[in-house]
Amino acid sequence: METGLVIGIVTAFWFFVGAVLPIILQFFLWRSPNKGIYQIMLILTAVCCYIFWLTAYLCQLNPLFGPQLSVDMIRFMQQEWWNDQSV
Amino acid sequence: MGSLFRSEEMTLCQLFLQTEASYACVSELGELGIFQFKDLNQNVNAFQKKFVNEVRRCEEMERKLRYIEKEIKKDELKIPDFGENPKAPAPKEMVDLEAQFEKNESELREVNTNAEALKRNFLELTELREVLKKTQTFFSVVNLPNIVGEAQHALVIEESGPAQAVQLGFIAGVIPREKVPPFERMLWFACRGNVFLRYEEIQQPLEDPHTGEAKHKAVFMIFFQGEQLKARVKKICEGFRAALYPCPESTQERQEMLRGVTTRLEDLKMVLNQTEDHRRRVLVGAQKEIRNWIIKVEKIKAIYHTLNMFSFDISHNSLIAEGWCPVQSLEEVRRVLKEGEKLSGSTIPSILHPLKTKEVPPTFFKTSRFTQGFQNIVDAYGVATYQEVNPMPYTIITFPFLFSVMFGDAGHGTLMFLFGLWMVIKEKSLLSQKSNNEIWNTFFGGRYIIMLMGLFSIYTGMIYNDAFSKSFNIFGSAWHSTYTDGDLQGDGETATLVLDPGPFYRNGTPYPFGIDPIWQSAKNKITFLNSFKMKMAVILGISQMVFGVCLSIFNHLHFKMIVCLFCEFLPELIFLLALFGYLIFMVYYKWLVFDVTESGCAPALLIQYINMFMFKYEDASEKTDCDVQATFYENQQTIQTIFVIMAVLSVPVLLLVKPFYLRSLHNAKTHPPKVEKDTSKSVNGKSKPVGEDVKVSYGHALINHGEDEEEFEFSEIFIEQAIHTIEFCLGCISHTASYLRLWALSLAHAQLSEVLWTMVLHIGLSMDMQYLGGLIIFVVWMFWANLTIAVLLVMEGLSAFLHTLRLHWVEFQSKFYSGNGYLFQPFGFKHILDIDSLQEIK
Repeated sequence: METGLVIGIVTAFWFFVGAVLPIILQFFLWRSPNKGIYQIMLILTAVCCYIFWLTAYLCQLNPLFGPQLSVDMIRFMQQEWWNDQSV
Repeated sequence: MGSLFRSEEMTLCQLFLQTEASYACVSELGELGIFQFKDLNQNVNAFQKKFVNEVRRCEEMERKLRYIEKEIKKDELKIPDFGENPKAPAPKEMVDLEAQFEKNESELREVNTNAEALKRNFLELTELREVLKKTQTFFSVVNLPNIVGEAQHALVIEESGPAQAVQLGFIAGVIPREKVPPFERMLWFACRGNVFLRYEEIQQPLEDPHTGEAKHKAVFMIFFQGEQLKARVKKICEGFRAALYPCPESTQERQEMLRGVTTRLEDLKMVLNQTEDHRRRVLVGAQKEIRNWIIKVEKIKAIYHTLNMFSFDISHNSLIAEGWCPVQSLEEVRRVLKEGEKLSGSTIPSILHPLKTKEVPPTFFKTSRFTQGFQNIVDAYGVATYQEVNPMPYTIITFPFLFSVMFGDAGHGTLMFLFGLWMVIKEKSLLSQKSNNEIWNTFFGGRYIIMLMGLFSIYTGMIYNDAFSKSFNIFGSAWHSTYTDGDLQGDGETATLVLDPGPFYRNGTPYPFGIDPIWQSAKNKITFLNSFKMKMAVILGISQMVFGVCLSIFNHLHFKMIVCLFCEFLPELIFLLALFGYLIFMVYYKWLVFDVTESGCAPALLIQYINMFMFKYEDASEKTDCDVQATFYENQQTIQTIFVIMAVLSVPVLLLVKPFYLRSLHNAKTHPPKVEKDTSKSVNGKSKPVGEDVKVSYGHALINHGEDEEEFEFSEIFIEQAIHTIEFCLGCISHTASYLRLWALSLAHAQLSEVLWTMVLHIGLSMDMQYLGGLIIFVVWMFWANLTIAVLLVMEGLSAFLHTLRLHWVEFQSKFYSGNGYLFQPFGFKHILDIDSLQEIK
């Protein structure tokens, strides 16, 4: 998976939640007294969750140091996660 | 959206009601619950108010109803709640109600008195019977009857008989069981051991007629010699409140007496049962009606209290009321008044007349049951000033979100969400239980908040990749290792190796959703996570503060303070963005641009930031090797200098422009006299603010003395602006640091969770025993589950809730919110009855 693809998908999702849905609500719920509340909730959720995800993603893009693992753990991970049977 | 964005527009109204129609109109207004009455008779003594007699009658009725209710509860009859809400009866019916309550109460009192007398009688007879039965044994043991009889005979014949003849008298009675030892001791001391006490306990407890509780008693018999001792013993018995009974000496007489007593007891029992039945009938009759009666009487009393607040106009035989009402509901109030007139049959219509006033109206929000919880949180700090921007709609999302940043565990979040969901789904049935437990009511009142907090915690828990301190590996770790067997030497558990990002990190994307699962097993996990969480906290905090500053635009626009827009909002925004927005930019820039190949050159952000303020720059191009303190992009020096100067310049703008501008306006106004008087200083929605004096009043705590020429104290305004400036600028820095609690609490939560895993559950899971291990894990799981709920859910949950509350109240709201209003408290039966029903003792 490419970095750009991941960012694109997630951004598109939160853009839909935070920008497209409120516009849809503007026309479908235009009579409801709670329409404004729904719109604010959607926009704020999208903004908060997107910032949170983006920060977590970007901070791992170019890490300056790596994890320090015990030798047992590395052996285990190499066998189970990365299918390296040589260790 | 208008209704919750800012508070409703209110108007002060005057009501002219005919005296006959007033009661019915107020009753209808109470059912509607949208009108807040002002007390026009504040200075009048309570006993001189017009309807004081009616209120007194209502209190009498309430007293009677309370008595009846107490009796019903004593018999453990349930008061059925049919959920219906009867309307307040007309004044004529009040007399009927009074008569009915009087009848019920007197009947009950009579029955109770009779029952008590009967029970007392019953008790005496029972005790007598016990005495008669038990003394049989005493006499036989001591072998006295013949001796006593002989002795007395002997005494009669020979007055001065030999002293050897035993001259024993006796007293029989009943005493509570617990008093027997002190009684014995007292007898021993007082009579110097010359009396002989025998006692035996009565098996079944006897009912005390007055209090109704069952007491254990004992039958006693005292043998003594001589009159003096008799008197002494009698006094001691009186002192201990023992009941004395005459007991015949001979067995025959005793048996006869016993028979007589038994018969009387049976008769008495029958009468007692009938009395009980009668009482029950009365109570059952009252049981069905009592709730309706209570509601009716409460409504009548509320109506008369309200009527006492009106002023009476004798000339027109009408009552004048003043009160606040939302502008949108004026039509409803008029309709309701017409209904009241129709009910009372009055021909002259009532008049509703909106007034213009300088007073500040109350703050009213039309909340639903979902939004009420969040509005309570905001109101707890301070009720919004009239027509000020309401932080509540944003709090609905930001509050649970910031909570979840601190709580960040998918497992705990799921539990919290399920708890909230249960409370929401079972809302109706839980509401109808009307519990009095304050803690439960607090949790139940916040059910929507808890549900949202749980939901967001699941999301942040997935991003932190932390569920009960374990990580999910859904997409495959972005790290890999190609160490050979030869590299992996040393003790498996203690020897460690570091995976350098260069060779061992990703061929594609970083872990797409959240923190990579490899970090959970890493020894240097905390170093990595700290850096991430601290930066996240600062980013979120600055974003929320900028949002708060931007919300103040709406306040400035609504109150027509354009000068504030340019000399408060703009400098604040520039200060915030130039300094702290730039910090965020640097954080993201460093993440995006520098990777491990230049890890030695990656700028140390903190030092760069400090150097920015000290104007200390080291040009990177002049250095041969990397320096973390050197500039890391072109033109950094110029850009940073510009930002610092902009921020510094915005401070005097914030401090000086507004006071001097207002002063120049005031001078321009007073020197050439103006024709128009500035009328409203208050922000009454009806009248547009005329003079610039409104702009002075907004956001300041100047008190309106109702004068037309307002006081313009330049020094006060200047000091207030200085305080505002200092508060804002220092606040920016301290609040940014304060947001670091988002990092601190999430670290604490994660560590607690990990401790519970390592020290509790892991020990149970890693036991190397076959079947016993199963039993052990069962017990260990109990400890783990209890500690998870008690420590991690309840304690950490409350702690994170409190910190989120503080972040909202202080860091967010201080940017735009003044909170100087007072709540709209309409006269409504729903409010009165709800409050009362919460106070009912079950």
